[in-house]
Amino acid sequence: MTTRYSYGGDEHIFVEVDEEMSLEAFFKSLSMTTAVRESKIKGVTEICPANASFQIKFDPDRISPEDMLAELKRLEVSAEKAESSIKTRIIEIPVFYNDPWTRETLMRFRERHQDPKSTDIEYAARINNIGGVEDFVKAHSGAPWFVSMVGFVAGLPFLYQMVDRARQIEVPKYLRPRTDTPKLTVGHGGCFGCIYSVRGAGGYQMFGITPMPIYDPKQEIGYLKEFMVFFRPGDIVKWKPIDRAAYDAAVADVEAGRFAPRMRDVTFSLDEFHKDIDGYNHKLEGVLNGN
Amino acid sequence: MAIKVIAPGLATTVQDLGRPGYYHLGIPLSGGMDRFALRAANMLVGNDEGAAVLEAVFMGPELELTADALVAVAGAELPPKVDGAVQPTWSSFRVKSGQVLSFDFLKAGARAYIAVAGGIDVSVVLGSRSTYGLGALGGHEGRSLKAGDQLAIGRAAGAGKEGRTVPQALRRLPGNPAELRTVPGLYWHRVTDESGRHFFEDAWKVALEADRIGYRFKGGRALEFVPRKQPFGAGSDPSNIVDACYPYGSIQVPGGTEPIVLHRDAVSGGGYFMVGTVISADMDLIGQLQPHTPTKFVKVDVPTALTARHDRAALLAKVRAAVVG
Repeated sequence: MTTRYSYGGDEHIFVEVDEEMSLEAFFKSLSMTTAVRESKIKGVTEICPANASFQIKFDPDRISPEDMLAELKRLEVSAEKAESSIKTRIIEIPVFYNDPWTRETLMRFRERHQDPKSTDIEYAARINNIGGVEDFVKAHSGAPWFVSMVGFVAGLPFLYQMVDRARQIEVPKYLRPRTDTPKLTVGHGGCFGCIYSVRGAGGYQMFGITPMPIYDPKQEIGYLKEFMVFFRPGDIVKWKPIDRAAYDAAVADVEAGRFAPRMRDVTFSLDEFHKDIDGYNHKLEGVLNGN
Repeated sequence: MAIKVIAPGLATTVQDLGRPGYYHLGIPLSGGMDRFALRAANMLVGNDEGAAVLEAVFMGPELELTADALVAVAGAELPPKVDGAVQPTWSSFRVKSGQVLSFDFLKAGARAYIAVAGGIDVSVVLGSRSTYGLGALGGHEGRSLKAGDQLAIGRAAGAGKEGRTVPQALRRLPGNPAELRTVPGLYWHRVTDESGRHFFEDAWKVALEADRIGYRFKGGRALEFVPRKQPFGAGSDPSNIVDACYPYGSIQVPGGTEPIVLHRDAVSGGGYFMVGTVISADMDLIGQLQPHTPTKFVKVDVPTALTARHDRAALLAKVRAAVVG
């Protein structure tokens, strides 16, 4: 990993921790952004951690770009010594895979896809050497995922699959982005999963849909009353495959104000995770299930 | 209620100076695309410079005032009319209760800022009244105005009066071709030296896909990439990167063909590489570009960007001195 600094005009500094994605790069980016927040550097207006990089927006009338850059380089030294462990949450997200709404949408944009003859999920299964749709759902929902970035549009989480690289699902984005994606679509592009928080354009492959809203600008939904965005970087997600009946029931629960996401507080240690990935994931699931 | 929307125009939204602090959650700054004009319009009617105004793009709305108001329109040359009588732009004028404020055809620029003494009084959401349409957040019901909408006006401080004007020499609109000063950087190293030169030499034109999220440009040569094995997680196209944050004003070039400059309603991040960033002083100008406007990207360094930023602030100070006295 070589850290690369670049000015984004006169108001931003962009810091690439690594060119490629890894949890190590994410943790270093997260600890550097935490260090920036805690050091209360004057003139900083936005601190944005991303998957393997981050960005600082600042007011150049209060701190010169040169000084800002020097501050960040100084913080990099201490961030390297930081522990790769965070207090976070594990959340169960129900997913109706192969649902009729994303299916209708993907059919409408078939000419923009690499493989117009199959669905996104069939295509993803094939190019990842997974037997079929059923096995693909198992591979997708079998292990937890790590929220490594929130953004693109309001509250959209990017998710990184917590398995060794050989087993990570990788797919290209659509050849040309769609102009429409159903709200709450579970998508995938490159090695990243996502949940589309709002309806709109998108280029990720579409695998299913969740009934659980993750962004509520009106702040009417119980668990979004305190803040309109559900996800934060560092959250851990476990997908739970559900069928149409369970999906409809969950939607009804959301509408009636009865839906509460299943989640637990948990401490995640990157070192422990790497010692035994499957064993560690099993423990995380245990926490989610109250064991 | 003090404003009734008879016709909404093309995409008229409530905007102020924006909503900093939530970009890390994908909620962009929003606010007026031409903040220079937004501030000037507010000065003309005696408001705080960051009061909420209406931003009209390409075509003005038709509004009935249900209370007497002091109004000013700055930015694009979109001549205002009171009960059909044309009023000057960049100047304050009175509209009486019951009169209709409408607009003539657009003569120059793209976005007009309609300030009313007292400001547009919608709820403050996350510290701002600005509309973020993609997230259905802020402004009037999180969207562009529709016929039949009613808007409240805040209490005027009484500091404004009619007949104030911004002198012609202090108004700022893009030239032809428009010049957008750009600091190369971010993933600049991904394109060949020759391609990098072409980017700044070529004549670009604003494409039809130009809105508050970003402006797309066409007509220049496609960029060629320095060959590499794509990093894990980035995706297979040479223009793909591991999804990262996008600065305001950053220039991404999906597939290497049509540059997109992100603006106030920017998507906060994504998987396309960027060649550099338009400097803060020139962001206002983008908000005044119409489709097909010839545009050049002009290469500058950070010190030049800071000088330009200082010059813009100095021009704004002159406007302040001329209007407020």
